Amino acid sequence: MQTQTTGKVRGIIANLVTIEVDGPVAQNEICFIHLGDTRLMAEVIKVSGKNASAQVYESTRGLRVEDHVTFAGHMLEVRLGPGLLSNNYDGLQNNLATMDGVFLKKGDYTEPIDREAVWDFKPLAKVGDKVTAGDWLGEVMESWLLHRIMVPFIMTETYTVETVVEEGSYTVDKTIAVLKDSKGKTYPVTMVQKWPVKRAITAYKEKPRPFKVMETGVRTIDTFNPIAEGGTGFIPGPFGSGKTVLQHAIAKQAEADIIVVAACGERANEVVEIFTEFPKLIDNRTGRHLMERTTIICNTSNMPVAAREASVYTAMTICEYYRAMGHRALLLADSTSRWAQALREMSNRMEELPGQDAFPMDLPAIISSFYARAGIVELNNGELGSVTFIGTVSPAGGNLKEPVTESTQKATRCFYALSQNRADRKRYPAIDPMDSYSKYLEYPEVISYFEKKMGPEWIDKIWEGKNFVRRGKEAYEQINILGDDGVPLSYHINYWKSELIDFIILQQDAFDSIDACTPMERQEYMYTKVIEVCRKDFTFEDFEDCSDFFKRVINVFRQMNYSEFQSEGFKRYEIEIEELLTQKVQA
Amino acid sequence: MAKAFQRIYTRLEGITKATVVLNARRVMNDELATVDGRLSQVVKISGDQVTLQVFGGTEGIATNSEVVFWGEAPSLNVSDHLAGRFFNAYGKPIDGGPHVEGEHREIGGPSVNPFRRAQPSQIIPTGIAGIDLNNTLVSGQKIPFFADPDQPYNQVMATVALRADVDKIILGGMGLTNDDYLFFRQSFENAGKLSRIISFVNTTDDPPVERLLIPDMALTAAEYFAVDKNEKVLVLLTDMTLYADALSIVSNRMDQIPSKDSMPGSLYSDLAKIYEKAVQLPSGGSITIIAVTTLSGGDITHAIPDNTGYITEGQLFLRHDSDTGKVIVDPFRSLSRLKQLVIGKQTREDHNHVMNTAIRLYADAADAKTKLENGFDLSDYDLRALDFAKEYSLQLLSIDVNINVTEMLERTWKLFAKYFTIEELSIREDLVEKYYGH
Repeated sequence: MQTQTTGKVRGIIANLVTIEVDGPVAQNEICFIHLGDTRLMAEVIKVSGKNASAQVYESTRGLRVEDHVTFAGHMLEVRLGPGLLSNNYDGLQNNLATMDGVFLKKGDYTEPIDREAVWDFKPLAKVGDKVTAGDWLGEVMESWLLHRIMVPFIMTETYTVETVVEEGSYTVDKTIAVLKDSKGKTYPVTMVQKWPVKRAITAYKEKPRPFKVMETGVRTIDTFNPIAEGGTGFIPGPFGSGKTVLQHAIAKQAEADIIVVAACGERANEVVEIFTEFPKLIDNRTGRHLMERTTIICNTSNMPVAAREASVYTAMTICEYYRAMGHRALLLADSTSRWAQALREMSNRMEELPGQDAFPMDLPAIISSFYARAGIVELNNGELGSVTFIGTVSPAGGNLKEPVTESTQKATRCFYALSQNRADRKRYPAIDPMDSYSKYLEYPEVISYFEKKMGPEWIDKIWEGKNFVRRGKEAYEQINILGDDGVPLSYHINYWKSELIDFIILQQDAFDSIDACTPMERQEYMYTKVIEVCRKDFTFEDFEDCSDFFKRVINVFRQMNYSEFQSEGFKRYEIEIEELLTQKVQA
Repeated sequence: MAKAFQRIYTRLEGITKATVVLNARRVMNDELATVDGRLSQVVKISGDQVTLQVFGGTEGIATNSEVVFWGEAPSLNVSDHLAGRFFNAYGKPIDGGPHVEGEHREIGGPSVNPFRRAQPSQIIPTGIAGIDLNNTLVSGQKIPFFADPDQPYNQVMATVALRADVDKIILGGMGLTNDDYLFFRQSFENAGKLSRIISFVNTTDDPPVERLLIPDMALTAAEYFAVDKNEKVLVLLTDMTLYADALSIVSNRMDQIPSKDSMPGSLYSDLAKIYEKAVQLPSGGSITIIAVTTLSGGDITHAIPDNTGYITEGQLFLRHDSDTGKVIVDPFRSLSRLKQLVIGKQTREDHNHVMNTAIRLYADAADAKTKLENGFDLSDYDLRALDFAKEYSLQLLSIDVNINVTEMLERTWKLFAKYFTIEELSIREDLVEKYYGH
């Protein structure tokens, strides 16, 4: 019989505590430091002889040498079960809504899952079925979503279903099935299971390459650099370039069943915006409130630093859990740089030899293994589930040559570079059309998906548009060097064609009720229209004639963007454009 | 201050410029102590060895100095009697007035549960169009001025504070020159608003490490009025660059590995702990923070402004506009992230469109100016844009403007009509019909 390991505090620097232990202790094991009646949660991050170093998930004010410590015998775990949806958790999965008082209290740990709530359970497995981890034993309706009750992921063998309860209303702690292993040992299974967050959940058959696209309603992403379902992307950008507005737009509009927003070391008011607005906003696709599909993991910048690191893992684990039920989950983490900084603070306090910019040496490995947890998977029963992951990065000084950005770029397939220059000129979203890329555009699986869905020319049209933008940029540089009169008129035309694409397709007003979200059908329509204009040859008297003309065209196209799709107004503007074009297009 | 259970030691094992080390038992992390009468705080404990950060510096401290542990973290007595008073970094009166009685509260306390916050929704009008029109302030916001040391940021901040409709103004002055301290004091006195003002001041005459206490002191007082009394509180912090410099001094003395620009690796968290105290509470109380971060040579990629920018909800840049000779709020680099919560809601419907269009046209003028400097001919549009920019700068961006938001919108529409056609504005048609040329 193993007895519980205990220890005594021996040293304190900020939130790093050294503990002398009296028994076995594991790396990443959770322990609790007793401060009076309060117990402060901490995680072992280094063991050396009899001393364990632990990062405390709370303020260490008031701790003393000799304070008592007990070890939990497991790593940081989350509870997974029905009732996760629509909740607001801190980085350690404490429910923020059930905490008392205005201020966060030290050692105030609340239940992540409501143990009193009753769920209508329907069995899916039958007595005698052979099951393994992740297999569906039954299901409950969690608000609008079918929540599968699975064989716990920690169960590694093949089991036989001994009993399974009948359809009925139960709380999460009810034993809904009993499983038997090959040796005849039985295991009761409830609707809740625990999982250590730092381990990936791999209870699926295989993880194919992503092969379909996740729509976001953001034109510059969907049309120019689409992200695959189960894909990875990241958004680096200096402050003020619109990272958060863009992430919120994606959270509101993305084509996913579940959105987990990990507010990691960012501003509390941004989370409040989600708390306040999402319960009111309607998801156009399902007609339900956005909050009904959203779970927030919130560890804002003023909350304890160590829990910041935990928060991204907690969020990822919840996504993987819903993926195993055959759902499409989207994880948005803002910002992964804060997580890296939390790692740096600890590494620094442990006096490890620093890598570049004082970040720990293993930062690239940590980042890439985290992004690798995303993906579309085929479950044991043949169903598909996915975790799409988009992280933001906040590069110091806006300089992309820094360790977090570089490591992330290696680990992800979509790169949405936010440009200070575009932001200064209020060209939002400030995603740079030239620097950004989506590797998925080169995936044969994705190309054939587009061919089926949007017709055979779509991919070519994307590249054609990108080329117009590139030519426009080159022309713009020449005009700047040589002057308006110093370049042929065709340079001006090329420049204005790229401006047309920029203003009508790439720029989008996130605060306009109509323009904010563009469904794919409308994107296809508008993009095709714009490209058709770009393909035309024009005759102008001089460059002023050219710029006046395009300004007028852009103005009318803009009015189209502000109008209801295919409404009367929309069509009126369309005719206006045709009339404008006939004046200047070569016969 | 003497307490029954005080523990006294008289032997120091080590002394650096900012810290002392001694052997002591049962010491609490973050606990206060005095070393030879100087206030200090526990920053590291390793077995029996305790490191104390001495706020006033360690000059002249001897190895046999008396060290007294207080058994508590730094605290402030909070009550309504704080109003109208001036204090130093330790919360001791410096205005000759009496000691403040009140509830003894630890400074640097816990954070507000994000779920217990309300969404900021009240505009704080300042009369300055560069702020109200383009970078609207909202109560519960945190925003710094990014300014060069020679710019009149303290004056602008005092103007904003005095025009803002708030219940209390709390000044946290770090490394203020004595002249600036007296400037604030006089401005507040002249405005007859001294009774609403509380100041915690560390001047350049005081030891730099003391500054580390100022923001927490100011914000503990702010939380008292905002949380306990449901008041609207405005906190002014100047200059946060000097605060960060003090942080780097301490971390350096503790042999921590510096990260970018010799700042401690925890700079982001340290600054966030302060700025995130800005809050709108459902009960109506709020804390708004306006800070100053001085730049060196306008470099915003330096670790201090850079980390600040990622924490705060925007930033305000002042710039000397050579075309008009005015100090203006730079429309390109300034940003208020919370403005979307109030503009078009608490202000007129056309606010967002007018703001964006004016800035776009102002950017066109900047391009035209570059062309001019490069010796190219200007088009008719370029010339109009330049004229517009000049008037826009004089009539709106200049910090000496003092009008309400509707007047700002009207003025801008007048300039639009004077210099541009409807097509060039590219504003939603219904708004153009309503406001253009009226």
